[in-house]
Amino acid sequence: MNEIGLNHILFVSTALFFIGVYGFLTRRNLITMLMSIELILNSVNINFIAFNKYLFSDKLDGLFFTVFIITIAAAEAAVAIAIIINLYRNYKSIDVEDADQMKH
Amino acid sequence: MSASTVIFYIISAVILVGALLAVTARKIFRAAVYLLFSLIGIAGLYFFLNYEFIAAVQIVVYVGGIVVLIIFSIFLTHESGSDMKSPAIGRAIYSGLAAVFAFALTFFIINKTEFYPTQNETLEPSVRNIGLQMLSTTEHGYLLPFEAVSMLLLAAMIGCIVIAIKTRTQTD
Amino acid sequence: MIDAIYIALIPLLPFATFLLLGLFGKRMGNFSGIIGTTSLFVSACLSIFTAYQYFFNSEKIDGAYQKIIAFKFVWLQFSENVSIDMGAILDPISVMMLVVVTFVSLMVHIYSLGYMKGEERFSVFFSFLSLFTFSMLGLVLASNIFQIYIFWELVGVSSFLLIGFYYDRPSAVAASKKAFIVTRFADLGFLIGILILAFYSGTLDFGIMIERLTTQTDSLVAITSASFLGLSALTWGLALVFIGGAGKSAMLPFHIWLPDAMEGPTPVSALIHAATMVVAGVFLVARLFPVFALSCPVGLELVAVVGICSSLFAAIIACTQTDIKRVLAYSTMSQIGYMMFALGVSGYGGENGLGFTASMFHLFTHAMFKALLFLGAGAVIHYIHSNEMKDMGGLRKFMPVTHITFLIACLAIAGIPPFAGFFSKEEILSASFHHNKIIFGIAIVTAAITAFYMFRLYFSIFWNKEYHPHGENHHGEAPSTMKLPLLILALLSIVVGFIPFGHYVSSDGLELHSEFHLMFSIAPVLMAVGGILIAMMMYKNSNIVSQKVSESFKGFYTAAYNKFYFDEIYLFITKGIVFNLIGRPVAWIDKNIVDGFMNMLATLTENISDTLRPIQSGKLQGYAIYFFTGVIAFVLVFIYLWN
Repeated sequence: MNEIGLNHILFVSTALFFIGVYGFLTRRNLITMLMSIELILNSVNINFIAFNKYLFSDKLDGLFFTVFIITIAAAEAAVAIAIIINLYRNYKSIDVEDADQMKH
Repeated sequence: MSASTVIFYIISAVILVGALLAVTARKIFRAAVYLLFSLIGIAGLYFFLNYEFIAAVQIVVYVGGIVVLIIFSIFLTHESGSDMKSPAIGRAIYSGLAAVFAFALTFFIINKTEFYPTQNETLEPSVRNIGLQMLSTTEHGYLLPFEAVSMLLLAAMIGCIVIAIKTRTQTD
Repeated sequence: MIDAIYIALIPLLPFATFLLLGLFGKRMGNFSGIIGTTSLFVSACLSIFTAYQYFFNSEKIDGAYQKIIAFKFVWLQFSENVSIDMGAILDPISVMMLVVVTFVSLMVHIYSLGYMKGEERFSVFFSFLSLFTFSMLGLVLASNIFQIYIFWELVGVSSFLLIGFYYDRPSAVAASKKAFIVTRFADLGFLIGILILAFYSGTLDFGIMIERLTTQTDSLVAITSASFLGLSALTWGLALVFIGGAGKSAMLPFHIWLPDAMEGPTPVSALIHAATMVVAGVFLVARLFPVFALSCPVGLELVAVVGICSSLFAAIIACTQTDIKRVLAYSTMSQIGYMMFALGVSGYGGENGLGFTASMFHLFTHAMFKALLFLGAGAVIHYIHSNEMKDMGGLRKFMPVTHITFLIACLAIAGIPPFAGFFSKEEILSASFHHNKIIFGIAIVTAAITAFYMFRLYFSIFWNKEYHPHGENHHGEAPSTMKLPLLILALLSIVVGFIPFGHYVSSDGLELHSEFHLMFSIAPVLMAVGGILIAMMMYKNSNIVSQKVSESFKGFYTAAYNKFYFDEIYLFITKGIVFNLIGRPVAWIDKNIVDGFMNMLATLTENISDTLRPIQSGKLQGYAIYFFTGVIAFVLVFIYLWN
């Protein structure tokens, strides 16, 4: 516990964040893009908890942020799934390359 | 090299490898499972940091809720079995390079930064303290955001139902 | 006492009529003719009243008529000393011109009531006539050389509108364009001349300019010492101003527009191209006459030479033309040549100024009988529906009034006493005899040729063959609105010769007693009678004498018939040289280089936008990539490069 400092945990969260970004830019499937977004949000959660524990241990603000982020992520995932299902019904595909109606 | 350090490295490996596999897997179902492993790893990390409450919330909501929802949607969109198309090579290389570069930049900046821990007395993140804080209206009280988030959950619920509802004319 | 207000009315009444008929004429129909004629009648009465007041009741200083400024207001101030004023100046020539212009215009208005009856654009015609009268009156009353230029151009515009009145005829359209372009081209010289004179004399006002350029002032010294290509600036200035006048008066070599201008309706030819507009050049030289005579004798020689050459040239061509209006057009050019060279041989003051008086006298009488000739020709054309002499002959039995008045006019122009032309021509010849014998010789020969071709015209129309009227519904001679002006003008052609013109109009304002040299007058009258007899012999009865004569002079006859090929030369210069060598390359540059550059800019913009358009592809991940890249870039910039 003493040897694991803030920077170690920040390494993990930063790596997780950029893995999520890579997934978001690369994946062709809408559902896998959603999964990448979840990874990004989780990395932010780790960040908040880490800072709360190491830098602001007299308060619980980081923890509450995390709670709310989890809540909102859940709501957002639900809405995103609903949209994906609706999109699938109209275009019979969840490939993101096919959803290009809003072009020039 | 104490045991907690080793445990920390194992947990980090689970998280990162799971995430990597989740974003590069060819079969969608496997990607969802890898995500599940990664999220469990994150919960483990919370346990390691002695934030049990958040770890529990993570498992219940993320693993038991969101990943299940994702798996349902995979079934609903009939994509479960086959391989997914891989992205264009140019885009994959460009994104990879950009991500690696940005990671290096961020970590470099983090290393250079001086963090100053507070000197005050530690507040234990026990359930009692969390509850008291969340439902109080004094300074550092989170009653108002709590109520706002419940409104948000209600709106999201109604929104999902409205978006995903099947109208009479659509076939099933 | 001369009151300013009613003098301003003289040109403004026709202007108001122009506006009224131009805006509302269509609704008024035939009533517009009555309105036009009435307003002209009032103008004419006011002019005659002004003339009466001026010549009989105004103050004379040392027995000389004074230039009276009736009114003047500053219109455009260029600098402290130079400004364009609008005003009216009354001196003998402008008052005389007022009477001539309004009176002839009134006659033409009355005539047009009958001639243009049934024309669809009847009111338009009368509004244009009023515009022209206004412009001409403004021109003669102008007190400032720029004001004369403004009205000069206005007169040109009115002429353009009236020549091209029958705009559905391409020949009329071409003729009106030609008239406007040729006179406009000459007016370029006029403008440059104005600028030279104004620069050296430091003013645009006529009175002050004349005073500064005729008496020993610094302006005169400066303008005569500055020289360019061997001629003084004063000579250049006056020569350029004269070029403008020559263009408007159809002198050589700017005469090409006058014969073609006969495409307009005959009342227009009578008013504009016989009596009033074409004498504007003569009027301009008369206005600046003190400067010409006292300070620049070279300019005066130029005027004389151009005048006499035009006179002879036109007389020769007129002998061969078969369109009666063109014969009259060349006759006009010849008579104006007379007026020009009369000014050219004149001196200033006292006996020397005989040429000036003679020129103005001839202008006055010529207006009368030339208008009469044109109106008579109009009556003939109205009756026969053709302009060519070969369709006419023996009309004296069918058109008695026209016959007699036309005869009177021909006698007047030939210079037979006691008709008007005799007196004015005699004074001109006397003036030129005392100045330059060569010019006198040519003038006498031209007088003989004048008599010949005029009577060739007369006999070919009214004698020669027998006329057989064809067509069932053939109308009578002419309505009384057309006959009345003929009669009035004929009466005047007889009477005005007896006016002692020298009493009123002379170069320096003093009375000029012109003596009547009986011996002197005999020679020209004999030459004229000789010409008449030759014409009678050739044309009174149809015979082949005329044909034999033209065949014996074959080459010369063809050249004269083709107007000495002036039109062809001009056409070659403009089309062949200017268009091809200058016009075409410039057009090519404009189309390909200037336009091409603009087109290239547009195409370039289009291509760039086509390249940039796919950025908005509608694909989510594309946008996300741009976003991510932008964020990294911003972070780099703000952390490392921003200080």
